[in-house]
Amino acid sequence: MQEITRDILLERAEALLADGTVDRVLGWKKGEFAYDVTPAVFTTADELRAEFVWNDFCGANFSKYLIKETAKKDTKVLVFLKSCDTYSFNQLLTEHRFDREKVYVIGVPCNGMLDPKKVKDKAESVLSVTDNGTEVAIETLYDGIVTVARDELLPDRCLNCKSKKHVAYDELLGTEGDVVANARFDEVARLEAMTPDERFAFWQNELSRCIRCNACRDVCPACTCEKCVFDNPNSGVDNKAPANEFEEKMFHIIRAFHVAGRCTDCGECSRVCPQSIPLHLLNRKFIKDIDEFYGEYQAGAEAGSRAPIVNYDLNDLEASEAVERGNE
Amino acid sequence: MQVKEYKPLIVAFCCNWCSYAGADLAGNNRLNYPADVKIIRVPCSCRVNPMFILRAFQRGADGVIICGCHPGDCHYTSGNYYTRRRMALLFSMLDYLGIERERTRVEWVSAAEGAKFAATMNDFAEKVASLGENKRLEDLRCKK
Amino acid sequence: MRKIAVNNLDSLFAAIAAEYKLYIPVDTDAGAKFSEWSEGAKLSDALNTVRSAKDFFFPQTENLVDFKMEGKTIEIIDNRSECEDFAVFGVRACDVKSFEILDRVFLSEPVDTYYKNRRDHGVIISMACNKPAETCFCGTFGIDASAPEGDIVCYKTDDILYLEAKTEKGEKLLALVAALTEDTDNSAVEAQKKLIKERLDRLPLKNLKADAFGDGKTSKFFDAPEWSELSETCLGCGTCTFVCPTCQCYDIKDFNTGHGVKRFRCWDSCMYSDFTRMAHGNSRNSQLERFRQRFMHKLVYYPTNNDGLFSCVGCGRCISKCPINMNIVKVMKKLGGKEND
Repeated sequence: MQEITRDILLERAEALLADGTVDRVLGWKKGEFAYDVTPAVFTTADELRAEFVWNDFCGANFSKYLIKETAKKDTKVLVFLKSCDTYSFNQLLTEHRFDREKVYVIGVPCNGMLDPKKVKDKAESVLSVTDNGTEVAIETLYDGIVTVARDELLPDRCLNCKSKKHVAYDELLGTEGDVVANARFDEVARLEAMTPDERFAFWQNELSRCIRCNACRDVCPACTCEKCVFDNPNSGVDNKAPANEFEEKMFHIIRAFHVAGRCTDCGECSRVCPQSIPLHLLNRKFIKDIDEFYGEYQAGAEAGSRAPIVNYDLNDLEASEAVERGNE
Repeated sequence: MQVKEYKPLIVAFCCNWCSYAGADLAGNNRLNYPADVKIIRVPCSCRVNPMFILRAFQRGADGVIICGCHPGDCHYTSGNYYTRRRMALLFSMLDYLGIERERTRVEWVSAAEGAKFAATMNDFAEKVASLGENKRLEDLRCKK
Repeated sequence: MRKIAVNNLDSLFAAIAAEYKLYIPVDTDAGAKFSEWSEGAKLSDALNTVRSAKDFFFPQTENLVDFKMEGKTIEIIDNRSECEDFAVFGVRACDVKSFEILDRVFLSEPVDTYYKNRRDHGVIISMACNKPAETCFCGTFGIDASAPEGDIVCYKTDDILYLEAKTEKGEKLLALVAALTEDTDNSAVEAQKKLIKERLDRLPLKNLKADAFGDGKTSKFFDAPEWSELSETCLGCGTCTFVCPTCQCYDIKDFNTGHGVKRFRCWDSCMYSDFTRMAHGNSRNSQLERFRQRFMHKLVYYPTNNDGLFSCVGCGRCISKCPINMNIVKVMKKLGGKEND
């Protein structure tokens, strides 16, 4: 259950459309079932009333859509952003990827979004989902109603939420949140503590499932190159399928490296992976290393900040020391 | 049948201004270093994209070393400082994926350090040889 | 009709595996997948595998031929290996139907011999769906999940597995395991079919109709204004095409190994920006055009070229996997209007 109800969001959207502040709304549209919510652009109050939703499955991060959306017209678009989404928003602003003036941001508090994969693991053939804040009742086709503790249905990115604070908005609904303590690097540390052979086996198992659908790249708010090197026929690496296991490793190392220092840890890559590869563990390794080697840095916390990877210090540690240190 | 002795293939990215000249000096001074070290000249060590390193492994390298000017001596003032950060992060990631950490290295070699160049290459080649063939970042299609 | 106790499945699998390379669906952390059977492998109860069964006949990547270059000579190396007998156990009705759709593409002239060899050497052991899911809509395309096609059709109750051969290939395989199975009448299977049919009638998508689409409807839908809204937030990734059992587009590439060339083919996706890139440029420059192509192909172009057969089997994989939850059901409901609901 979310703190702010759909009605409040709807009311604000309608009011902003009516007074001409914005002429379209980037929001979530209801699907066939409880969980298949689609990002959509609404232009009228009628459309909003009929199909706009705000529920436990509104996980999609809208920041990246703003690049396309603001390029369309000179008028303003209203966007609803959760706290984690605002970090991506700031990061895109830092990179001058869209015009801030063309966006009206409403910050929406978020209690964590349910993971449809976890819902389906707990209950087969889901018909409806009702959340009372601590427990979730899942109505199923064959097993009646299955009740599960809400925490068990949260994805890793919400269980280890890094911040309830909205770092960018024109208007905030609900109460201002804070950066929260979290255990998001625990899993990275667990892998670091393994032997190299164990780590290799772990990643071999995970990455070998990759089907190179590119969803992780296409959804990533930090992946905004006009032409990705993996789509460029002149790069020599534009393969469309993992013809050899080397290619999956190369793709994922480069994907994570290219967003190092810019990745806000929004977790979209892991959310969309059809093969359930924990891609965020690659990104978090870079974040953890950057924090440890060059001082704490949260991409997107502040628009205009300079990422450590495009900066340097005369007394930086050497690459060989980094490997030693990363392993402690 | 005679078993072919295993010799590691090493790719060395050397910056034009210091390390490549260092390699030249090693040659002029007739210092020995393994012939299986293949030097690729780059304008600055920071020209080396992580993709270059991965593709060297794909194409059969057993070890990759990047050589640049000493910190503070970069021809472009600060290129090697960026190299240092990038490679620290990349090597740490490779290690995280379980790829042997001794297969990659960054070394600062000036134009006057022919002896250091040769010693570095000898040492690196020896380390890589002790690891054996690169299996974890190989592309089977590229094997003869 | 033959039967075997579920407790005895291991011996059945062992007997089949002695003659065929046997694949069965097994559970993994990332959902069910077809894996080669080995001692101790446990049959998954999941309704469907994450990836479809098309991999068996049309794998994601396939080495077609190698060229070895030495000096001025080029040697052509035939490395084909698709002539091994194999059996796939537990294929659902939707996936079985997808083979017919693929057959029409790959087995029409010029015949794709790589695909044909795999088809000739593969035995499909299908399994009726005891618990169709909310995302299932195979009925929309005339598929009966209570009576799958296949070389052998299986029904599973809590403790008994029933097997019936439908083709010569199936009979040959069943004869091989005759000692393990015993004859039985149809009554238990009929009861199971009835149960499944009742369940199919309760599915939320049971009323979805494809009648508005099909042969000759190109001009009706091609310029429909709804495409813009439907494709608006499509990411352009290839998830839907890669989990789809009927998507059959591929690309052929040459990989330079440094000492030769490996020619391979791999799945391609019409959702990708470079799918239609040609020497003159690209004929589909917007995601709207690419998105439209995928659904028009499934619902209009393919039926137009194939006696009205739709190239969707209603497996529901795209419903579960699309990062933005856009899928063929939403497209059909939006474009088909009231008559499709």
